[in-house]
Order: sequence, then C-alpha cells, then structure tokens
Amino acid sequence: MLRYIHARDLHAYPRLSASMFRDRADQFATRLGWDVTVDADGLERDGYDDMDPLYVIAEGPEGLHRGSMRFLPTTGDTMIRDHFSDIAEADICSPAIWECTRFCLARGASPTTAAALMLAGGELMRAFSLTHFVGVFDARMIRIYARTGASPEVLGVQGTGRDAISVGLWSFGDEARARLIERSGIPSDLSERWFAEAFGHAVEEGRAAA
Amino acid sequence: MLDLGSFLERVERADDLDSVQALIVELRDHYRIAHIVYHWVSADGEQYGCGTYPLDWVHRYVDRDYIRIDPVVIGCFQRFHPVDWKMLDWSSRPARAMRRDAIAHDIGTQGFTIPIRGPNGQFALFSISDDRSDAAWDRFTTDHQRELILIAHYFNHKALTLEKGRLPDPARPLSPREIDALTFLAMGYARSQTAEMLSISEHTLRAYIESARFKLGAANTTHAVARALAEGLIVVGTTARAATGGWPGREDDSGVA
Repeated sequence: MLRYIHARDLHAYPRLSASMFRDRADQFATRLGWDVTVDADGLERDGYDDMDPLYVIAEGPEGLHRGSMRFLPTTGDTMIRDHFSDIAEADICSPAIWECTRFCLARGASPTTAAALMLAGGELMRAFSLTHFVGVFDARMIRIYARTGASPEVLGVQGTGRDAISVGLWSFGDEARARLIERSGIPSDLSERWFAEAFGHAVEEGRAAA
Repeated sequence: MLDLGSFLERVERADDLDSVQALIVELRDHYRIAHIVYHWVSADGEQYGCGTYPLDWVHRYVDRDYIRIDPVVIGCFQRFHPVDWKMLDWSSRPARAMRRDAIAHDIGTQGFTIPIRGPNGQFALFSISDDRSDAAWDRFTTDHQRELILIAHYFNHKALTLEKGRLPDPARPLSPREIDALTFLAMGYARSQTAEMLSISEHTLRAYIESARFKLGAANTTHAVARALAEGLIVVGTTARAATGGWPGREDDSGVA
C-alpha cells in the first residue's frame, strides 16, 4: 500500500521507516556511491530528514519499504537550493511547487513500484493545488521514470555515469494519472482511499479550483 | 468571484501593517466568513500577526498562553499542506477548553489553515474560520483553496519584507534561468519564443515565471518584469534591442559582454 507519513509520525512505523532509511543507504551509498551519511545502524539520513518533510512510502506485504520519496515545500529551505542550484541554474520557489528528493527503490522492487509512487505524487498535486514537483535524482532513474509514463522534464545534469545527478520538473495531468493507474496496477478508488486514510479527507479537495 | 490578480497587486503595494490589516478585513468581508488571521510564530515562541479576531480574544490567547496547546499551531507546525481544523487533534482537555473559549468569542466552529514555511525555518499560519455547516465549509475550502494558498504566501512575503529585522536576509535571489526568462519577456518575446530560446517547454517556463513572480512578491508577470527592471535584476538596454541574432553573451563565440 501507499502511505503518506510526515516526519513527526514516522515513529509510529518503526519497522517501515527503518527499512526505508536502510534501503536509502543501499541505493545512495552502496549502489550509487554518493557521498551520503550512513549511521552505525546502516541508516542513511541527512539534514532534510530533520526539517519535517512528508514521505510517501510504498509498503510491501511484509510491512517493509519497497520505495519512497521525500517532499518539502520550495518556499522554505530545500536541498536543491542549498546544494544543486548550479545544476539547473534554477532555484525554484513557489507555494504551488514542492521539492521531491531521495526517490528510492528497494533492491528487487517490482517495476510497478515507481509508477505507484508517481501516482501518489499526482494525488498530492490534485489535493493540494500544486502545479509541479521539482526533483533531484540519480540520472539513471530517468529510464525508470519513462517506463512509468510520467517523466520529468530534465532541467540539468551534473556528472556522468553513476555519478550523474539530475534536476527535473514533474507535472501530472489526467492522462498521466490514467497511465500511472494502469502501470501501477492500483485502481483509482484504492489510491484515493489510501490518500484519505492519511489526510482525513478526500483527494478531491482542492481539485475544483486547480 | 475575487479578482485574485488585483487583490495580490494590492498586497504587493501595501507598505505598512495598517494596509495589510485593511486588506485582510476586506478579504474577510468579500468571502463573508467570520475571520481571517495571519499569524507568525517564531522558534522562541514569539508571535506576531494581524487579522480580524476580536481584540479581547487576541489578548486572552496571549494571556492564557494558548499558543502552547493550540492544536492549530501544534498540528500545522510540522506540516505544510492546508489543514481543516476538523482533522486536528482536539482530544486533550486543554484543547477542548480552548475550543469552547474560542467559540464563545465568536471565532467560529469551522477553521482552515494554510501553514507557511519561509526562509531560514520561518513559520507562519494563515487561517480562516466561520460557522458554516461541515458540507458548506468543505465546499468553501475546496473552491477557494488554490487562491487562499497564494494569498497566504503573498501576505507572508509582505510580512517578511515589512519586518526585515526579524530574519537575516529573507530575500531570495532570482536564479539565472529566472533572469533569462524575465529578460526575454521584458524584450517583448512571447512565452512560446522564450521557452524555445531557453530550450524548455512552456510548462517549465511557467514554473520559472511563477517562481520569479513569487520571489519578487509580484502579483503578475508584468509586475515581475517591471520590478526586476527597476531593481536592476535584469537589464534590457539599447544594446539588447539593437542586437541581432539573439541575446548578447548567450550566442556561441559571440564574445559580446
């Protein structure tokens, strides 16, 4: 299932959140060799995890992390602004745009997981009147995003090969949502129910004016 | 219907707290709701704001130190999406007592808050409240969420500008891409041409323009361009107009500064 969890509530999901930070260590430190901090317990965390982000986590049948991403509003302090504004020469700041970082897929996650996460991103956009997400991601993710049917527009790339980091801009229209529903295998009403469970109201809120 | 553009324009022009206060009253009257409040809460618990709450409620809120138990403040502090007050945790005895007290002061039985995160950990709340039924309130907040989010953030931008002393350098500089976009628009290029010259989609150009507008506190693109020109952030001089074959310095090997 898809869970939307604020940092303040992660403690209520100890197993799920530990497996997320462990999978992040596996992806960003072990597989990509990025200069990230992994603690003694094998968890990858950075300063932005302490800035009250919102996580979207795809939870597997065992209650463990299969994939995740992290959101912060661009009106506040963001990772792109602090570290990656050179890549795209763009430090985006708007109430209608959130930053998405640490997009992570667990080893062996099924190809539908990326589409499921994207679908959740689209629900956030619909519900909270957002126009875009600006994301920083491992450049090799671009192929994976393309397969979900919801690709970002790449604004810039830094480095090459395994070190390549990209900044991109997402938006999801109704067509993209339909593709994500198909490729994630998650029916529309189920996705909306997961959203409502997390936020206490229907995803449709805010849609009329969007 | 609120003319959002012209309202934001007037927020942009407001040059003191009294004019901000007058705009909040006007907005409340326009929406025909009980109250609108802008509430800045600093990390050390200091608070500041303006809005339509009755003075005796504001004093009571401060005297009773309600900020420490207010589920709106506590619930919004670590979130950043709009929140209906019904979704907050009112289960504690002090929270329930505060709610009864608020209702007795005609604050309203319904509320909706937009948390705002600014630079350097700045935090503020923009709240509306009323006595409508659940269904009517849902409809109202659904219909107005998008414009309320924008208005909330423009008020906050204004508060940051008026209260510069509260934070070190609240201004966020335009990025090189935003400067490019505004420069082309200032030169009279259409959005489609501008996007083409920047090798981006019009959709992405829109994000750059929105971002530049917001950083400048400008109600619309024309104002953003005017403000950027006035502040010397972009330069569109005779050299630029006389130039043929593109913007000087952006052509390969042009050598033009």
